[in-house]
Amino acid sequence: MASTIEEKPRLTLKERGAALGQSLLGSQAWNSIFRPGSIFRKGYTDSPRNRSYVIMNSVLYHLHPVKVKRHAVKVSYTLCLGGLSFFLFILLTVTGIFLMFFYRPTAADAWQDIQSLQTSVTFGLMVRNMHRWGAHLMVLSVFLHMARVFYHGAYKAPREFNWVIGVILLTLTLLLSFTGYLLPWDQLALWAVAVGTNMMGYSPVIGSQVRFVLLGGTEIGAETLLRWYVLHVLLFPFVTVIFLAIHFWRVRKDGGISGPL
Amino acid sequence: MTEIPEHLLKRAQAARDKAAAESGASATEGGEATDSRIPAHLLERSKAAKAGASGGVAVADRPATAVVAAPAAGGLPTGAGPGGHTQRLLTVVKSGSIQDVKAVPVDKVHTWPHLLGIEFVASLACTAFLFMFSWFVNAPLLRAANFNQTPNPSKAPWYFLGLQELLTMFHPMIAGVTLPGMGLIALMFAPYMDRNPSNKPEDRKFMTSLMTVHLMFWAVLVIIGSFFRGPGFNFTFPWRDGIFFEL
Repeated sequence: MASTIEEKPRLTLKERGAALGQSLLGSQAWNSIFRPGSIFRKGYTDSPRNRSYVIMNSVLYHLHPVKVKRHAVKVSYTLCLGGLSFFLFILLTVTGIFLMFFYRPTAADAWQDIQSLQTSVTFGLMVRNMHRWGAHLMVLSVFLHMARVFYHGAYKAPREFNWVIGVILLTLTLLLSFTGYLLPWDQLALWAVAVGTNMMGYSPVIGSQVRFVLLGGTEIGAETLLRWYVLHVLLFPFVTVIFLAIHFWRVRKDGGISGPL
Repeated sequence: MTEIPEHLLKRAQAARDKAAAESGASATEGGEATDSRIPAHLLERSKAAKAGASGGVAVADRPATAVVAAPAAGGLPTGAGPGGHTQRLLTVVKSGSIQDVKAVPVDKVHTWPHLLGIEFVASLACTAFLFMFSWFVNAPLLRAANFNQTPNPSKAPWYFLGLQELLTMFHPMIAGVTLPGMGLIALMFAPYMDRNPSNKPEDRKFMTSLMTVHLMFWAVLVIIGSFFRGPGFNFTFPWRDGIFFEL
């Protein structure tokens, strides 16, 4: 009796990997994550239809239309400043959340927490540096974005109101940066904020009241630290996100970015 | 398949009868009208319009292009209008009346990959820059806050140093509140005050120079406040006395 031997050659590791990859790409779970047209789907081909689906069938459709004006993708026009401001906001949120794990907003602990974050937390110094320099960079990029928009006359009809929202966002960026400045609770933070809030006290009529509410007292102290911490990590980011949403929505409703000149 | 309602069938039958009655009459007029897919009365109208140069019925020139093929009822005998038509033109909807049709087509590209690719590269470059900068330059952390020891000089964050610079010249209410407040309000109302509709740089020389002067004014104040102010916030030269500035 002759035994029949399967003439199938043994699969190499590479082929097995490829087969596994193919079955993963075709699986229900994979297809449930990546919607039709996604570049991560099995059998994606570069066609105008699929290029449209990439945007239309993804969360990005909330941010970008399927097509944009050809001149709008010229880097020399926008210098990516608005997009980079938003990206820095995201980067600051991520690094900020990391920092929150190691920080207590009390006069007794704050400085010590930063000190030990820098010396005994893995990547602590690195993340703090990125948060600090990213914040300065964001103030700069928002400012330059405003200058760019002004010089292109992009605030003109129908974009007047979006410019107003942009000015509000610039103010919010400065407030975010300024409230964060106090949190390390070192000599630099304390006295920079002292100078800044002294100026605020000179507002006519409501000056001293505003100052009292912001400082949680007549002078900077432990209450100020807690107040500014809450403003920095919760209130101002929350308000900023709302205005960002309106800002981006209006960019699309007003017919995409301005120009060409 | 959809069933054809009875009243439509009746109407089609009536139209067929009418066409059969008329066909004898139209055949005598000549072959031209029956060969064409365009109803005879429309042809006549368009001929009249062409003859009269600018006729008021120019719409009738091209109704045939707007006619869409109606679903032919499978197997059922269908009625034929004048000239053998199986459907009638009910109305012509001009483009632009219900759709927003752009008069000039805009040159557009797909967001993917053109815009998303640029955004991805820009964000990577930004992250890389920030990472490398943070690798080499540490954020300042001075000694713990001490209420009894005022550093000399005490400076605000750099973006407020222009205001602090103004404090040396004006009363605090002017320098700290009135001037920046007015600047912010003027900035907010810029689009409503600038009545010039053009965005061409050559048409906006006044606004461009106004903004440049404004920006330079603050930039110079910030630079003086940052680098040219030493102990007691007195004027110094950074190359003579060093820099009194922390980011």
